Amino acid sequence: MNALRTLVSPRGAVFLLLVVLLVAVTILNPSFAEPGQFMRFLQRVAPIAIVAIGQYFVIIAGEFDLSQGSLITAQVIIAGNLVGQDDARTVPVLLLMVVFAVAVGLVNGVITTLLKVPSFIVTLGMMLALLGGVMWWTGGAATGNPADSFREIGRGGIRDIPLLDFLPWAVLLLIAWLALGIWITKRPLGKTLIAVGDNARAVDYAGARRAWATTRAFIISSLSASLSAVLLVGYAGVHPSVGRGYEFTAITAVVLGGVVLGGGRGWIVGAVAGAFALEALFMLLNIAGVPSTLRDAVQGVIIIAAVAYSAVAFRARRKRGPQPPPDLTTEEPAPTRTIHTNSTIHTETRGD
Amino acid sequence: MKRLKIDSTVIVLGILLLVLVVGAILVGTVGRNFLSAGNIRDILTGMSVLGLVAIGQTLVVLGASLDLSVTYVISLSSLLAATIMNGNPGNIPLAVIVTLLVCAGVGLLNGLIVTVLKVNGFIATLGVGLILQGILNTNFEGSAGNVPWAFQLIGATGVGPIPVSTLIMVVLAVVVWVLLNRTRTGAHLYAVGGDPEIARLSGVRTRMPLIWAHVLCSVFAALAGLLLASRLGVGSPTVGQQGGYALLSIAAVVLGGTLLLGGRGSIWGTIGGVAILAVVDNVMSVMQVNPFLKDVVRGVVIVAAVAVYSRRSIVRRRPRFGAGGTRTGGDDAAKAAAPEMAAAVSQLADPTSDTTLPAEGGRS
Repeated sequence: MNALRTLVSPRGAVFLLLVVLLVAVTILNPSFAEPGQFMRFLQRVAPIAIVAIGQYFVIIAGEFDLSQGSLITAQVIIAGNLVGQDDARTVPVLLLMVVFAVAVGLVNGVITTLLKVPSFIVTLGMMLALLGGVMWWTGGAATGNPADSFREIGRGGIRDIPLLDFLPWAVLLLIAWLALGIWITKRPLGKTLIAVGDNARAVDYAGARRAWATTRAFIISSLSASLSAVLLVGYAGVHPSVGRGYEFTAITAVVLGGVVLGGGRGWIVGAVAGAFALEALFMLLNIAGVPSTLRDAVQGVIIIAAVAYSAVAFRARRKRGPQPPPDLTTEEPAPTRTIHTNSTIHTETRGD
Repeated sequence: MKRLKIDSTVIVLGILLLVLVVGAILVGTVGRNFLSAGNIRDILTGMSVLGLVAIGQTLVVLGASLDLSVTYVISLSSLLAATIMNGNPGNIPLAVIVTLLVCAGVGLLNGLIVTVLKVNGFIATLGVGLILQGILNTNFEGSAGNVPWAFQLIGATGVGPIPVSTLIMVVLAVVVWVLLNRTRTGAHLYAVGGDPEIARLSGVRTRMPLIWAHVLCSVFAALAGLLLASRLGVGSPTVGQQGGYALLSIAAVVLGGTLLLGGRGSIWGTIGGVAILAVVDNVMSVMQVNPFLKDVVRGVVIVAAVAVYSRRSIVRRRPRFGAGGTRTGGDDAAKAAAPEMAAAVSQLADPTSDTTLPAEGGRS
């Protein structure tokens, strides 16, 4: 009963949506429930889920990262052009990609926090600059097919496991990245980020280093995008359109997962579940034979409906929830104090 | 507030001037005349479509929302207009009216989802945009319709060096300026954008201004679509996406000093922001910069220009009292009541924190 209530609550709604979608997919296509098929599904979701984890940290801090999609494209093209057919270059190029990601995140974060430019604009500028820069560098046609050892990360996995049949590296990476993400949310950094999203000024007064915390959120976001790029090189190959629109997909997934745009509230597992629900939705539309042209429309309706449900349900719950004490003057023995102090007490009790 | 008013609009105009000077010098180095009639015409033409979209976007951003669906509304509008006109000049009025009404309906849908269902504007308009894209892709496979010559003239003619399309854009900007600064809906929009809760407690119906903002934003996007249809001669299902108008219009709005969080900003700042983007584009076109490098420069210019003033956070609050304020005659009343206020304050239990109250009220 309690679990049911959690599922219907706005926080658990995404899990309910995910279960409904997966059941619907299984009914239409029974082979989906087989471990091998399911692992393929997880492998396909991994890039989006990883990007959503990165976006989660930025969004709970009340910011946006629109540069993720372009960063993925940039990293994919960097990998394609620099690794080439030389296996020995895999590790150095991976290191270079990490450095590049940290640099992009640092620039996003520093301009947002120190120059006080809205992150929407900073990352929009970064999106234009990264995509334009990479296309300029490659002349518009991304070439190169990285060595198999590099592509293996996104494509391959451990084969011939008794129960699962096939365990892709992508799934392991997703699990590791999610575990790392959960760990960060438990750390002071995670707590600070949620506080920043809730009330940035209070964080300043509390003496936390808000600028550095937000900057680290942007770095995490860039690193996530780069990890996703490594996976995408594996099974999507090198193409200038890889990663296009990922920032919006990631933001949609995060919001679908119950994270509030504007920051301060949200659960990282919900964000990942949002990514899974979104991908399950795509798959369901695919299997159900919805014309590909109409898929966008259905996706739009479901996104709005899901977010509206959680918004309305949240408001309803807040209305039903414990009411703040209406008037404290009755509890006080002698109402000698003035209106001003009265209101102070009122807010204090509400804070409990 | 008798200090020198350096608000963001002034800074935007300053940046615009700087961009113009630098642009003129750069264009001069390749032996072209930046201020020739033809070039000015190019810049103004470049401003008109993005300007129309950005005017609408300003309204929505002032209301602390966003509209990402404008790109699809533009495509929808160009297709609707071109297919209804179908080469027949007699159909022009009908086509324009139907297009504007349909797009106003899209805006109404956006507004209702944002205000009634309480979906964040980002997600709501992203979703509506996806729905429109689905509808467009299902019904149209490519360019469609035919725009009669009479309608194409709007996009092609001009008064001297000033294109008609830019004139329309400026006239509409004046109309929106009047709406924002001289009407109740405008004042309420600022209030709701600044803080919906305080607006509600002050007796403002918080839904209506935001719904109006969304409707007007879609109508302006529809006008931009009509303009594009008149320039291209056909309707195209991808014309909006190709221009990237949603993000660029938001960039222009923020470039113009409007706060993304809503509540503060001006229409003239937005026009300035659009002009900056148009001049930068024009200079790069004249100098034949690599098209991919253009995007890099555009991104850097947007961030750098916003960085110039956002650090100082001097976006001016709307004057509350006196001429041009939302409350006229309030000054005298406040001054008359000042001694009483001071007396009342001194009686309060905690005088140290309260003495600032009347002073604050007087200053704002």
